[in-house]
Amino acid sequence: MIRIPAATRPRTVLAYLIRRLGAVLLMVLVVLLTTFSIFFLLPKWAGQDTAVLFAGKATGAEQLEGIRQKLGLDEPVLVQFWDFVKGIPMGRDYANGGDVTRCDAPCFGYSFRTEEPVWDTLKDALPVTGALAAGACVMWLVGGVAIGVLSALRRGSVWDRSAMVGALSGVSMPIFFTGMVMMGIFVHSLGWLKIDDDLSGADGIDIWLQSLILPWIALAFLYAAMYARLTRATMLEVLGEDYIRTARAKGLGEPSVIRKHALRSAMTPILTVFGLDLGALLGGAVLTEQTFGLKGLGFEAVDAISNKDLPVILGVTLIAALAIAVANLVVDIMYAVIDPRVRLS
Amino acid sequence: MTQLSKSGAAVGEPGTPDSHAPTAFLEVRDLKVHFPTDDGLVKSVDGLSFTLEKGKTLGIVGESGSGKSVTSLGIMGLHTTGQYGKRKARLSGEIWLDGKELLTARPEEVRKLRGREMSMIFQDPLSALHPYYSIGKQIVEAYRVHHDVDKKTARRRAIEMLDRVGIPQPDKRVDSYPHEFSGGMRQRAMIAMSLVNNPELLIADEPTTALDVTVQAQILDLIRDLQKEFGSAVIVITHDLGVVAELADDLLVMYGGRCVERGPAEKVFYEPRHPYTWGLLGSMPRLDRDQTDRLIPVKGSPPSLINIPSGCAFNPRCPYADLPKDNLTRTVRPELTEVGSAHWAACHLSPEQREQIWTEEIAPKL
Repeated sequence: MIRIPAATRPRTVLAYLIRRLGAVLLMVLVVLLTTFSIFFLLPKWAGQDTAVLFAGKATGAEQLEGIRQKLGLDEPVLVQFWDFVKGIPMGRDYANGGDVTRCDAPCFGYSFRTEEPVWDTLKDALPVTGALAAGACVMWLVGGVAIGVLSALRRGSVWDRSAMVGALSGVSMPIFFTGMVMMGIFVHSLGWLKIDDDLSGADGIDIWLQSLILPWIALAFLYAAMYARLTRATMLEVLGEDYIRTARAKGLGEPSVIRKHALRSAMTPILTVFGLDLGALLGGAVLTEQTFGLKGLGFEAVDAISNKDLPVILGVTLIAALAIAVANLVVDIMYAVIDPRVRLS
Repeated sequence: MTQLSKSGAAVGEPGTPDSHAPTAFLEVRDLKVHFPTDDGLVKSVDGLSFTLEKGKTLGIVGESGSGKSVTSLGIMGLHTTGQYGKRKARLSGEIWLDGKELLTARPEEVRKLRGREMSMIFQDPLSALHPYYSIGKQIVEAYRVHHDVDKKTARRRAIEMLDRVGIPQPDKRVDSYPHEFSGGMRQRAMIAMSLVNNPELLIADEPTTALDVTVQAQILDLIRDLQKEFGSAVIVITHDLGVVAELADDLLVMYGGRCVERGPAEKVFYEPRHPYTWGLLGSMPRLDRDQTDRLIPVKGSPPSLINIPSGCAFNPRCPYADLPKDNLTRTVRPELTEVGSAHWAACHLSPEQREQIWTEEIAPKL
């Protein structure tokens, strides 16, 4: 048993945060290194010339040489990696003799296909996926936890049984199916909602909401179902704990017992799974964006992969990894806020 | 009024004194706690009666599954609250606390009594305290449920209580979490929490079982001191006769959900009149006993509470089951009979047989 005097606790929390932040930076670096090397090596393994991917097959040997020079493809891998990493905060010059192209920071290179800066694509796609993911997270957390708690409190009731059957079907139904059915009903048949291509919010908040509400529900449905089941199981376990009996023995009313004592404990495993799910969220986002035609990161990723547009794939992967790392950092902080014992280890 | 009937008009209405209302501070009459299960009805407590006055301590002794804890949770009304889809316990009988009948009272009334008039200390303070809240917060919560005061006042009260139960630097430790406390300190904190509202009835359910031996005596001393100070009625539940021997004024020995012997502590301890109590005494390590003597365990295992043996529940394990005539031990359930002043035992052995077995066989070995 480690006993920490109360006076040193703030430092423990700070140390915890610093440790977590360090872990996140390390993770980003590892992701950077692996993705870069993989995307550098892939064309090589496939017997393809990166310069050809960039310029197209019909290009002459002299031109290809120029492209290699300009993109720095003739440099050693590590130098290329360093130039790439440095380009993100500092910007970068692509030069072939006197022919210089300035890529402003944050520079992720240029798309092979459109020859636009990758950052322009990311800049437009990130808010779409961000809004989609954030809205869906809130929906599934609130919805899933609420349904789970109610099911646990009414175990064996009609409500519990139907909620769990609903959850089971939710888990089994793929996003593109629920998405298409909802779109068919609410957009095409009833005409209640309109889905707009432009999700920058320029067309007004109501259009923005209308365009996102169905993708939110489609993406959140699957997760909400899982979280309802998880919450129910956790709550049933927590409600059997001794400290719940203590809370009742104090004379606390049942609502306080549930909210302050049971739910607080049940949040820990839910948060753990939430941290993991954030990482897997991009997969769900790809399907949702494809189904609803939203131009988010997932959409761009699929587009880039089918076109072998290496810089875009690299950029999307990095941004997604960074987002997941930051989200996990937030989850870790919440973890420490909820459970005082976490701050020790 | 042996059933939990709501039709009983004014009889048993909370706070309404009637002809049934007892004079004792706490009176339990024919308490039964049954749990329906898929395998049958579990009769955890099956007809238990006792009384307890303020300022007195009752020790309830018995092995696991004898119904001790179920009884205490029954008094606290914790069987009927928050069962969430589990099949509820069936309680019948009467529990009178300070003139109020608890089994027929509305749950909300009983909730208001919990923590204020009656409170409880649990066996394992680590699992009984919420791991995510500081000790202070948990005590403050217990205080503010029943007192309309601001957090500052409640915090002062919590520090005062921590100081009272002997926690050093209470103004600092009030912000510690349960995992930062040692086992003994946690139990002290638990006691502070249960006494924060000056309850008139304190139930300590195996208060020292989860603690180091060195700490056990301290906790028992603390309970005794606090009782003197607060003048509350205390029920100490334990499987360890040694724990209650010094603490309790009265002892109640439970077996298979029923009382087999009860009386003043020194009587039950020094002149026990039930074979099961003899067994308990023989299986207890004692410092004043010759080292060469071995402990004598009670043979067999506790009875199934679904199929309680017919006749005396103890008969399959009782070495003297064949002594009474007509196979009485296996057919007729013995009732409590007075075997001395305020000393009761439920056994078919005749007073002479008991006297003889005690003086010739049991007492010399103890």
